[in-house]
Amino acid sequence: MHYFIELFFSGLTRGAIYALIALGYTMVYGIIGLINFAHGEIYMIGAFTSYIVASVLSLYGYPLFATVIIAGAAAVVWSGAYGYTVERLAYRPLRRAPRLSPLISAIGMSILLQNYVFLAQTSDFISFPKLIPDLPFMDRYADYLGSSDVVILFTTLIVMGILTFIIRYTRIGKAMRATAQDSTMAMLVGINVNRVISATFVIGSGLAAIGGMLIAAHIGQINYYIGFLAGIKAFTAAVLGGIGSIPGAVLGSLVLGLTESFATGYVSSDYEDVFAFTLLVLILIFRPSGLLGKKESQKV
Amino acid sequence: MPACRLYQELKRSLLVALWFIFLTFPLMVVKVDLVERVVHWRWKNMLFVGLAGFFFSFLGRWIMQRKNPGKALGKGTAWSLRFCPDPKIRKILIVLLLCLAVAFPQIFSSYQTTIMTTALMYVVLGLGLNIVVGMAGLLDLGYVAFYAVGAYSYALLNYHFHWGFWTVLPIGGLIAALFGVLLGFPVLRLRGDYLAIVTLGFGEIIRLILENWGEFSQGPSGISNISRPGFFGLELSLDAAILYIYYLMLAFVLVAIFIVGRLQHSRLGRAWIALREDEIACEAMGIDKTKTKLTAFALGAFWAGIIGVVFAAKTTFINPASFTFLESAIILSIVVLGGMGSIFGVILGAFILILLPEYLRALAQYRMLAFGILLVLLMVFRPQGLIAPGRRAYFITKKPDPET
Repeated sequence: MHYFIELFFSGLTRGAIYALIALGYTMVYGIIGLINFAHGEIYMIGAFTSYIVASVLSLYGYPLFATVIIAGAAAVVWSGAYGYTVERLAYRPLRRAPRLSPLISAIGMSILLQNYVFLAQTSDFISFPKLIPDLPFMDRYADYLGSSDVVILFTTLIVMGILTFIIRYTRIGKAMRATAQDSTMAMLVGINVNRVISATFVIGSGLAAIGGMLIAAHIGQINYYIGFLAGIKAFTAAVLGGIGSIPGAVLGSLVLGLTESFATGYVSSDYEDVFAFTLLVLILIFRPSGLLGKKESQKV
Repeated sequence: MPACRLYQELKRSLLVALWFIFLTFPLMVVKVDLVERVVHWRWKNMLFVGLAGFFFSFLGRWIMQRKNPGKALGKGTAWSLRFCPDPKIRKILIVLLLCLAVAFPQIFSSYQTTIMTTALMYVVLGLGLNIVVGMAGLLDLGYVAFYAVGAYSYALLNYHFHWGFWTVLPIGGLIAALFGVLLGFPVLRLRGDYLAIVTLGFGEIIRLILENWGEFSQGPSGISNISRPGFFGLELSLDAAILYIYYLMLAFVLVAIFIVGRLQHSRLGRAWIALREDEIACEAMGIDKTKTKLTAFALGAFWAGIIGVVFAAKTTFINPASFTFLESAIILSIVVLGGMGSIFGVILGAFILILLPEYLRALAQYRMLAFGILLVLLMVFRPQGLIAPGRRAYFITKKPDPET
């Protein structure tokens, strides 16, 4: 039972991180129907930016709390900027091209960003500074979950709350939903669709950056290659929940996180990544529309 | 007024340059050394990014103005037709190229021959993937899995049963084709982008199994001492083996070109192209979607399996690290760069992408960066690839009037 609870919480933490990345996939897919292959790289850039800013600040002797806030803000801002630039350079010129073209250009962007970080920084694993302090009241539960798990879960909850608010009640959120339903119609009623798409990329990238910073602080090391696997897994989660659906992405992420955690805990840790991929293949075969997704009919 | 235009363009380029300086600031300029506890500020990089951003944004908008980007795939005239319209000259050129290919190992060192053999292997891999991606329009991101299946079939059969190269060659191809069907069957219903992700997942699953199932594949340390191909039972010296494999690959390339070329204009090939253009219309015309897609997967995988066997025999050592996603991306780049669906384009693409990095060793670390940039730029500016595939066209030439 003890082991079970431990696995449950570690799965929940994993799921929360996947959710932060998966939301970017699902929002972009919902609006322009593109799998943003470079999204995992944006997450990696978020982790790197927060690492650089946090280390510089801590070297100059800033207090921990200020460091965390500034590093997080910097990660969100720069990842958002990268998301915007990627959309502007690689996807916008291909808005009317056949489906395969933006996908291939997204793969190109992903390879480009990975190698850019590799060349600009390093190919080694970097140890990430300890940003999350040990919370004193967590001592009693230390067997089940660490302080960083709690911080990750709470931050994710808060971020989800803000996202729900933006999408439900703000002008840009309403415009996003309208564009997702029918972009031509949205254009006709006076919504600047290009701006909405850019905003979607920026918001999605910001979420991924928060995920990147949290997971880096949790695991303690980063590498230029972390975006690939995390991106694929988050995509799996988004598909599992039904791509295009925001609650679906969160649900799918939690299911994937728990599945992975239990499977590695009870079956074998060697095949950790195989479980995720197998799950992805199985869902796409048996229920391509996902848990909460709408069934799509093909039209001529 | 042109002067005013130029001023505006310069101003926009300047803004773009400033944006890129901001964008790349933390990653390019700052480098933290946590061991020495110092921060390196690399201001030179900032200047470099600014200048590059300014120049390329100016150039990019200039090109964009000249042509409409993002045009549909497959449009544009075939370059081969444009440059040498006379089939006689083309035939002479092809014969000359063949002579050069045959004489190559005699002229150059065995090091060059090895590189050329690798390039030829990628030509066949490209042609195989071209069937799946270029003709049938099924984006396969896990193509390297079939390559791995072929290589491991030979390595394992050779290791356990001492089977020879020529015995395993067809078996490796067939096993890979079987895997192609196995993958193809469940993904038949999926649309383009889902298919891409599932094939990617499939490729990773194969690699992870090879890496983790130690009893079966000897894990990450790989299998060594694989026999080289025998020449009628003779053991060859290293130099002779290199020569032998080169000519073998040359023969495979010619066979592959012949078969793929014949396939392209066959009933099946035209069914693939129709499937790529419009699935529903294709079904309405009475084409069996299932069978057509599965043959595309199986035939594509078959070539990868064959080349996998050759790869294992050539290097005599394989491990799962040779079969990563990057390899799939390189093969895909070959197909896309050359022009999806064009045989000549694939050959050119393979030579550019494999030989250029070999001869530009100094820039080797920028190779993958260049791949990424290349894929994006191609999709934006020339989605049909270097050499757009030409549809078979019939030219009606006016016969001389018999009365005059």
